Amino acid sequence: MTESPAAASNAADEAIRIENVRRSFRSGGRTVEALAGVTAWAARSRITGLVGPDGAGKTTLMRLIAGLLLPDSGRIEVLGVDVAREPLAVQGRLGYMPQRFGLYEDLSVRENLDLYADLQNLAPGARAARYAELMHMTGLEPFLSRMAGRLSGGMKQKLGLACTLVNPPALLLLDEPTVGVDPVSRRELWQIIELLVRDSQTTVLFSTAYLDEAERCAHVLLIHEGRLLGSGPPQDFMAEMSGRSFLATAPIGRRALQESLAETAGVIDTVIQGGRVRLVTAASADPQAIAAGIAGLALTPVPPRFEDSFVARLRTRAVSGERRPTPEVAVTATAGATGGEGKREAVISVQHVTRRFGPFIAVDDVSFEVARGEVFGLLGANGAGKSTTFRMLCGLLPPSAGALRVAGFDLRTAAAVARRRIGYMAQRFSLYGDLTVRQNLTFFASVYGLSGSVQTRRIEWAMTEFALGPLLLARANDLPLGFKQRLALACALMHEPEILFLDEPTSGVDPLARREFWRRIGALAAGGVTVLVTTHFMEEAEYCDRLLIMSEGRVLTEGTPDAIKAAARRAELPDPTLEDAFIAAVGARGAAAA
Amino acid sequence: MWRRVLALIRKELLAVLADPRSRAVLIGPPLLQLIVFGYAASFDLNHAPIAIYNQDRSLASRDLVARFSLSPTFTVKRVLSSGRRIDALIDSGEVRAVVVIDPRFTRDLYRHVPAPVQVIVDGRNSNTGLLIEGYAGTILSDFSRAWSASHGGDPPPAVLDIRALYNQTLDSHWFIIPGIVALLTQVVTLLVVGLSVAREREIGTFDQLLVTPLRQIDILLGKGLPGLIIGMGEATVIIAATVLWFHVPLRGSLAALYLALLLFVLAVTGIGLAISALSATQQQALLGAFLFMVPSIILSGFATPIANMPPWVQWLTLLNPMRYILVVVRSVFLQGADLSSLGAQLWPMALIGVVNLAVAGWLFRKRVI
Repeated sequence: MTESPAAASNAADEAIRIENVRRSFRSGGRTVEALAGVTAWAARSRITGLVGPDGAGKTTLMRLIAGLLLPDSGRIEVLGVDVAREPLAVQGRLGYMPQRFGLYEDLSVRENLDLYADLQNLAPGARAARYAELMHMTGLEPFLSRMAGRLSGGMKQKLGLACTLVNPPALLLLDEPTVGVDPVSRRELWQIIELLVRDSQTTVLFSTAYLDEAERCAHVLLIHEGRLLGSGPPQDFMAEMSGRSFLATAPIGRRALQESLAETAGVIDTVIQGGRVRLVTAASADPQAIAAGIAGLALTPVPPRFEDSFVARLRTRAVSGERRPTPEVAVTATAGATGGEGKREAVISVQHVTRRFGPFIAVDDVSFEVARGEVFGLLGANGAGKSTTFRMLCGLLPPSAGALRVAGFDLRTAAAVARRRIGYMAQRFSLYGDLTVRQNLTFFASVYGLSGSVQTRRIEWAMTEFALGPLLLARANDLPLGFKQRLALACALMHEPEILFLDEPTSGVDPLARREFWRRIGALAAGGVTVLVTTHFMEEAEYCDRLLIMSEGRVLTEGTPDAIKAAARRAELPDPTLEDAFIAAVGARGAAAA
Repeated sequence: MWRRVLALIRKELLAVLADPRSRAVLIGPPLLQLIVFGYAASFDLNHAPIAIYNQDRSLASRDLVARFSLSPTFTVKRVLSSGRRIDALIDSGEVRAVVVIDPRFTRDLYRHVPAPVQVIVDGRNSNTGLLIEGYAGTILSDFSRAWSASHGGDPPPAVLDIRALYNQTLDSHWFIIPGIVALLTQVVTLLVVGLSVAREREIGTFDQLLVTPLRQIDILLGKGLPGLIIGMGEATVIIAATVLWFHVPLRGSLAALYLALLLFVLAVTGIGLAISALSATQQQALLGAFLFMVPSIILSGFATPIANMPPWVQWLTLLNPMRYILVVVRSVFLQGADLSSLGAQLWPMALIGVVNLAVAGWLFRKRVI
């Protein structure tokens, strides 16, 4: 065989070959093109990352590869076999772990393993050795007889992985295995998978919406809206961006700085990171010229991230295509809310709150306060207790003990009018999907007591502010995810609340939509709106003024993102990320408990 | 407050009408059941297959055979020449009955002594068996009367002269179709109300509603009233179909009918809201709705008369709102009843409605908010 150029591959090295695959679905009266002609390949005995935001087509591609769906056109070859023609031959050699893996919660860990061993025809004689191997690998040995339903989120994912691996597959398809898993378990999952590839030469296709995970893959397929935006080793993606990422500080507030930088020519991306602003420049831009534009600006070069390259690609697409509607975000008060700590009036106050569900303690003696105009983050993995705390604050759940106050009221017992002061955006942007955009807006406006000209004015505001005008008559279910999120926020803001509750507000949306969303939240906070947000997304936490990190129902640590990161600084970790800080905090608590 | 409730009702109606699945619930079952009950289901016996074993072979016996074969009730499928196959024919279900005419039939007629005709009936379906018996008896007594008239002899000593009031031809459709008005109104109201909260819980919008300034009573009204509106609308459509399509006469007071329907729908709405409060998913709500629906139909007198039930079951039916509305619907349609004669049906429904709504409100407070 001759040396082939980097982009091409040897047929013998290819585990998966995807040729111009198209697949669309009918939903309602509309056809949605989930994959619009994707050509790609994945190498044997490597981890290939299938990276993209929700709705990019990742799951569809996985299901096509597993032979669970047929493509409309195009061809997929897996381990040298045409999947469409011989799905059974392919399925016999692959392990597929879908997003919601079918664990039987009322069976023990061992019974779940037995079940999958039966399903995968693993000879009874071979089981004991294989189980021991898998349990050792996943660290589940001590829990063999525990009910699967009583495992933590991370352990459930590990058990799911173990069940998929009972009969060692040649190809392992993992569909977003790290969603909602706490950072510690996430790292462990990655270590397990890396070990598997090294020791058993398994080929892994790993899909994820977390862009930082792309950096751990050997090869990345970046997809967005059904198209392949790029493929190659992650280092190649990041090399394009080298010398273009900086951390900026200036003697003005971080949100004001972000606003000024976003307006500066040559800057394609700005993200708040603790007290500083991380920016990415256009390929042609001169950092000196950017620095000269803002008084007192200091730029420190930082290594590029995978996300930078994704954003750069999205920006070039947006520029070459029609211009993205960038809504005007009115930034009224720049100083004051963020920097000015004149009086710290507690708008939200939680005092020694505990919540039990039967014998299970979901929230254990949690206390914190949020001041007016603050963006406050409740951070933690699934099951950490942040959603329970959030629901108690909204008045959706009574506490078992302790007191909660929102704007001076307990929302559970307060008169309905008190609720007029809060806005609420539920997880997954719960909207009335069969209603049009206008009907959704009108409904929420009416429910909040707006009528007549006030209602008309607010609906017009929502249309222009969120660029929803052209979509007024579209059904909410037919909107792309980013627009659903905008509509959900618009509905929550119809009545100009002074406190805003956001439950996982940007999970799964693409990075541009997330940036736009947070700019808006920043502007609202600057205008005096208090924002409480839950997230399991470390990235998102950087936007908050203050954070509370929860784990197993308790407060691990509380403070500004910078302070939390500073507390985790070690000689071997001079510039820790929030994720590092989270892991350090969990570790410290584990050590204290031991 | 009413503005908010109105917004909720508007949204609810829009959502029900815009969602293809709930639209199907509103249109599918009513259409299907109207067709099934309107055309297919009937207590009347039509074209029952019979066999005839005529051992007499005279003019008189041929006249009797002709009466059977010309009757719309029976279709003569077999004419037998021996009695050997009778058991096999009934056993296989090929015929429902066999008419056996004795060789002495004509001779006995002329002698004015009872001339024997045997009817062997398949008794496995007792209801059909009884009907066949009745129809065969009628044919035979008609024949006897005609025979006495033309050949002399004593007329039968006593003659039964039946006149059916309200439904002169005893068409069972007249009995069944008005019942469908009650049945379908219940199905639709129960599903619309019972599933609405569960649907919102599934997509997560219910939390969103709870954090708005809407009060519990607003939500209860906003969830209950759309069911009331849809249930009454559904009832109107079926009443129209009953009168205009199936030509069942509507003789009584329409106002009385609507008042009764309103009380009935209120009672059912209470049950729907209770199901809503108790179920977390649409599947549970659907199961709950059917758990209520099946016994409520069986214990309503829709198909089988309540008077035929054991006494303790009859007591149980007193709790079932459908029992009362069926009486109202049938008496308004066929009997021309008005408000003054329906009091005994109206107040129990009103009482059940009040209790149901109160329980639903209590469950809502306990389980939902």
